[in-house]
Amino acid sequence: MARLTAAAVLALIAVAPFLPMGGMRQYALHVLVQIFIWSFIGGAWSLMGRFGLISLGHGAFLGAGAYTTTLLWNFWGLTPWLGVLVAVAGAVVIGLVLGYPCFRFRVVGHYFALVTLAVGEVVRLLVIAERDWTGGSLGVTLKASAGEASLAAIQFADKRVFYYASVALWLGGLWVWRRVDRSMARSALEAIGEDETAAASVGIHVTRFKLAITVLSAALTAVGGVLYAQYFTYVNPDTLSGIGVSLRIVFAVVLGGMYSLLGPTVGSALTIALSEYLRVLFGLKFIGMAETIYGLVLILCIIFLPAGIYGSLRAAIARRMARSRPSPA
Amino acid sequence: MAAPPTGMLELRGVTAGYGQFTALWGVSLRVSAGEAVAVVGPNGAGKTTLMRVISGLVSPREGDLTFEGQSLARLPAHEIVARGIAHVPEGRRIFPMLTVADNLKMGAFLRSARRGYRDSVERVYTLFPALAERQKQRAGSLSGGEQQMLAIGRALMSRPKIILLDEPSMGLAPVMVLRLFDLIRRVREEGYTILVVEQNVRQVLKLVDRAYLLEVGRIKMEGRADELSEQDFVRKAYVGL
Amino acid sequence: MIDPIFIAEAALNGLLLGGVMALLALGLNLIFGVLDIVWIAYVELVMLCMYLVYFLVTGYGWPIWLGGLASVAFGAVLGVAVHLLIISPILTSAAINQFLATGGLLFFLQSFATFLWTTDHRTVRLNLPIIEVAGMFLSFARLIAFVVAILAMIGLYLFLRHTFIGTAIRAVSQDRDAMRLMGANPQRVYVVTSAVGGAMAGLAGALLIIQYSVHPYFGAAFGPLTFMICVLGGLGNMVGAVVAAVIMSEIISVGGVMMSTEMGYVIAFVLFIVMMFARPGGILAKRE
Repeated sequence: MARLTAAAVLALIAVAPFLPMGGMRQYALHVLVQIFIWSFIGGAWSLMGRFGLISLGHGAFLGAGAYTTTLLWNFWGLTPWLGVLVAVAGAVVIGLVLGYPCFRFRVVGHYFALVTLAVGEVVRLLVIAERDWTGGSLGVTLKASAGEASLAAIQFADKRVFYYASVALWLGGLWVWRRVDRSMARSALEAIGEDETAAASVGIHVTRFKLAITVLSAALTAVGGVLYAQYFTYVNPDTLSGIGVSLRIVFAVVLGGMYSLLGPTVGSALTIALSEYLRVLFGLKFIGMAETIYGLVLILCIIFLPAGIYGSLRAAIARRMARSRPSPA
Repeated sequence: MAAPPTGMLELRGVTAGYGQFTALWGVSLRVSAGEAVAVVGPNGAGKTTLMRVISGLVSPREGDLTFEGQSLARLPAHEIVARGIAHVPEGRRIFPMLTVADNLKMGAFLRSARRGYRDSVERVYTLFPALAERQKQRAGSLSGGEQQMLAIGRALMSRPKIILLDEPSMGLAPVMVLRLFDLIRRVREEGYTILVVEQNVRQVLKLVDRAYLLEVGRIKMEGRADELSEQDFVRKAYVGL
Repeated sequence: MIDPIFIAEAALNGLLLGGVMALLALGLNLIFGVLDIVWIAYVELVMLCMYLVYFLVTGYGWPIWLGGLASVAFGAVLGVAVHLLIISPILTSAAINQFLATGGLLFFLQSFATFLWTTDHRTVRLNLPIIEVAGMFLSFARLIAFVVAILAMIGLYLFLRHTFIGTAIRAVSQDRDAMRLMGANPQRVYVVTSAVGGAMAGLAGALLIIQYSVHPYFGAAFGPLTFMICVLGGLGNMVGAVVAAVIMSEIISVGGVMMSTEMGYVIAFVLFIVMMFARPGGILAKRE
């Protein structure tokens, strides 16, 4: 039954760009591309988050990814297909530099979150500081390639190509998540998440596991950043690094459910839909009001739905089932 | 000395625990004004849970808990203290980075206790001269026995009607244990009502009027201290120790 | 080669700024020490207080000192409001939810400020003199701010050391349950702590508005810096916060003069990251 639903959904996703949408196609595709890219990024974050490694600085990996390919293309004409490898390498280095000392010296909890915040800010500030070649706070635009569409430059005029690219990326992310979920590493990381000392005493190499998942998360996030840059053809330190974007990622994942495969997707879809709705509603009339309500919704969701939507639904269903079941004598 | 019909502190059929786990089953006991009562039993019997239920850190699932005729159930811990119940917790729980003087000051946090706080401090220093000597010392640097003294002194600062002592001898060297029970005797002589929970059966029975035996969450035996001293379980416990 | 006099001037300015940053860090630390929660939106509260002073002084012609007092009072009210509305409900939630709740507040306040007052920078023009000391130029405003900050910190110290509620605040941060057994209602202690933390934010706001212009994204510059200072000094460690505040401010000031403003920040943040590995408990923590 579940397989049939999944197949149906996938088929729907596959043909979506060709369905009649009454002139709204470009906009719908635009929103969908964003949803798939951010779902992928959210999934990458959740690989760390579900094991208790709360990062408030994933903007660092995102920004590193996006800026690397963009600058390499702009200055040296390096195709993003190779650029992404450099970007991933960069993100991996940041992940190692951040992770190794943290895990080795048992920096956990609040401290770890604030260190990741610092790393995110460092990347953002570095970008602004080196304004000569990064464009500083004004950002940088991806140089257009010759011709309408270019596979080598990953630039396409037709949004549908990006649509399928983002779907492919999203599916790839789900596949990675599944692999991690079913691996031995998952049990090890869950044990570490519950009690590091106990896990270490059973012979689990704590630092190695934590580093591995951090590096994986970083690498995937960077790839997400690359696709983002290729699609939007504009990068900016505030939209891609810093605490704002990092918090948004976390919110989307927590709202949708940190421990499930489709949680990040559900959360990203909801938050992006909300964001777009508010943006359209307020347009240019009340600047700032859209964001204000977004922040308010975030606060209310966290207070009233602490387990996210998925978790709260499950709890509600469990309660209903418990009520209908006869209580034990 | 028979216990008067209405006790100062009374538990009736109290059942309590943590999450899925139940630590106490239908426990009933009473402490009357001016008495010293002990609850003894082996490790894991539920003695600490009992203390935490009385002081309000844990809510009972079933049963009744009254103090001077008024129910304590569902009252938060700080209100229970205000009624006159002082709890010297297991492990002392003194504030390690505050001085001895500041620790005692915190004992008098209640509004009713704050006004006469200087007198209370003087009384505590008279009762425990060792604390007077170490007024400005950081509490964390005191020895185990001195910390226990401080914890008891701190409890006295709230001008309580009854003092709950949770495993006071725990972690103390044997010589200190004797000194400690001497101390508790002195407090008793000041007129305070005491409920003490202890593993060290022999020593505590010398101190109190009555005792209860708690095993696996249930009261197995109760009676006068001198009668219980003759019982087998006391002899066995002593040998075991 | 930069004239050493500029470096000395930057160093002195760094010290003066450090005073105000220390005030901020202490406020945040106080709250963390007692409640175990990091108010991610703390500097946004400062931003709101800065706007208050701006409007009172430029709009209504209040004298700056009165505006400052209003700011302190307003900050205290904000602190209590934040605690009751946002912190209290999530006091026992997972850390991640706490980050998201206060993070959501950050979005909310930044955007709401944009909506109300646009992104224009607002400055309070006080025409305070620039004084010259041994060839270095110092803003009088900055000097006053430093002195007031020091006085406030001394006041805080006395409050925590000698009053009942101040000692209780220290005690709760050491052992919350034991304090309940003393008859202290934890909620009341939290509210008082939040009020004090908020009041410090209000004071910091008043001291900052006479040196900097305010805009809705003021927190983007000072926020992360404040967290870094707190953690560097050891979360909950008061003396550490002051020391860390001075160190970070010095690096930013001197680095800013020798390279660029942003690089000054980068170096400071990198130092923070390095220190986290060397001394995870903060610079004054003893090695385990």
